[in-house]
Amino acid sequence: MAPVKVFGLKMSTNVARVLVCLEEVGAEYEVVDIDFQAKEHKSPQHLARNPFGQIPAFQDGDVVLFESRAISRYVLRKYSKSAGVDLLREGNLEEAAAVDVWTEVEAQQYNPAVAPIVYECLIHPAMFGAPTNQKLVDECVEKLRKVLDVYEARLSEHSYLAGDFLSFADLSHFPYTHYLMATPYASLFDSYPRVKAWWQGLASRPSAKKLSADMSF
Amino acid sequence: MAPRKLYGMPLSPNVVRVAAALNEKGLDFEIVPVDLRTGAHKQPEFLALNPFGQIPALQDGDEVLYESRAINRYIATKYTEGPELLPTPSAKLEVWLEVESHHFYPHVSPLVFQLLIKPMLGGAADPVVVDKHAHELARVLDVYETHLAQNKYLAGDAFTLADLNHMSYLFCLSKTPKADLVASRPHVKAWWDDISARPAFQKTVAAIPFPPSA
Repeated sequence: MAPVKVFGLKMSTNVARVLVCLEEVGAEYEVVDIDFQAKEHKSPQHLARNPFGQIPAFQDGDVVLFESRAISRYVLRKYSKSAGVDLLREGNLEEAAAVDVWTEVEAQQYNPAVAPIVYECLIHPAMFGAPTNQKLVDECVEKLRKVLDVYEARLSEHSYLAGDFLSFADLSHFPYTHYLMATPYASLFDSYPRVKAWWQGLASRPSAKKLSADMSF
Repeated sequence: MAPRKLYGMPLSPNVVRVAAALNEKGLDFEIVPVDLRTGAHKQPEFLALNPFGQIPALQDGDEVLYESRAINRYIATKYTEGPELLPTPSAKLEVWLEVESHHFYPHVSPLVFQLLIKPMLGGAADPVVVDKHAHELARVLDVYETHLAQNKYLAGDAFTLADLNHMSYLFCLSKTPKADLVASRPHVKAWWDDISARPAFQKTVAAIPFPPSA
C-alpha cells in the first residue's frame, strides 16, 4: 500500500491535526511541502486539491481531500480497525455523539479563542515581523478563560473530553495548544489543574512528542 | 419515549439547522423557548444542558446534546427513516460539512446578524462589517459555484447532511439585501432552489416566526 500524502508544512497547525491522527493509527504517510513563498498554495495544481488554496490537502490513491477535520475522520475510519484504536467511537451512538459534541466544541469554542492568540503572539511576528494586536489577544484570553472554566468542570467528571476514553476530540486540540504553550499565555493553564493535567497527558503521547520536534515558528 | 425537546429561539438559524434535520427525518419535536433577550441561556437550568450557554440544545430521551452540527450528526446516525443524510462512502461529504463550518458559516453568520437579527433587536447594521463579510462570502460562493457546476449536490448525486447544514443560513440570507450573492451564481442558485423546495424544509420555514415585513 502506497503511503498517503499530506500536502502542507509540518509546522502548520491544521496539517499537524491530520499528522497526529496518522501517527496514532500508525499509518505510513509522506508530507509534501507546499512552498508559500513561491505562492504554490495558489497554483492550479494545489487549487485542484484544495479550491480554497489552503493546507492541508490529502491524497490516498484516487481520493483527494481537504479540511483537516474531514481528512482526520477519513484517516481514523480507514485505519482504526487494523491499528486497534477507536478514536471516533462510531460503533456506540452515545459515545460517538460525545466525540462529535467535543469535536465541535474545539472547532467553535476553543479554536476561535486560542487561534488568534497563537497568530498574534507567535506566527505573525515570526513570519511577517508583524506587531501583536494586544487588544485582540486580551479579548481572546477572556474568551479562553470562560471556555477553560467549562473544560475544567468537564475534566473533573471524565479523564478525557468525550468520556473516559481518548478520542479525536482530544487530539484535535493538540496543534493549537502546542503553540499556545510557546506564548506567554501558557500560564493560563496553571489556573486549571485538570485541564493542565489533560494537556500534559496529550503532549506526552509518542505521536505528539514526535510531531512537536517539527513544530516551531 | 419522551418527546424530543429542541431548546432555543425559533428564529435562531442554528436552532433551525437542527429543526431542518428533525423534519427531514420526520421526527416529532417541540421547541422549548430559551429567550436570549432575557439572558435565559446563561441561567443554571440551561447551562445544565449546554455549559457554553448557547442555543440550541437537544434533549432526546436521556441524551442531551449541544453544538448544532454535532446534534445533526446524531440525528442522521440514529434515525434511519427518511433520506440517508450520512451515506458511506463519506469522504467528500465530510469535506463539505467542514467547508460549511469553516468557510461559509464564518461569513454568512455575521451578515445575517447584521442585516436581519440586529434590526429586529432595534439596532442598525454596521456597513463596514457587512461589506467585509459580503466580500469574503462572495469568494467562498465562487468556489461553491465551480463545485456545483460538477455536482448536483455538495457530496455528489444525492442530498446529504452537507447540503442540509447550509439551509437555515441560506434561508436567512435570502431575506437580506445580500440575497444576490446566491441569486447571481447560477449553479448555487439552482442548488438552493432545489433544496429549499424540499417538503421537509417548507415545513421547517413555515414554523419560523418571521416578522411580517421580512
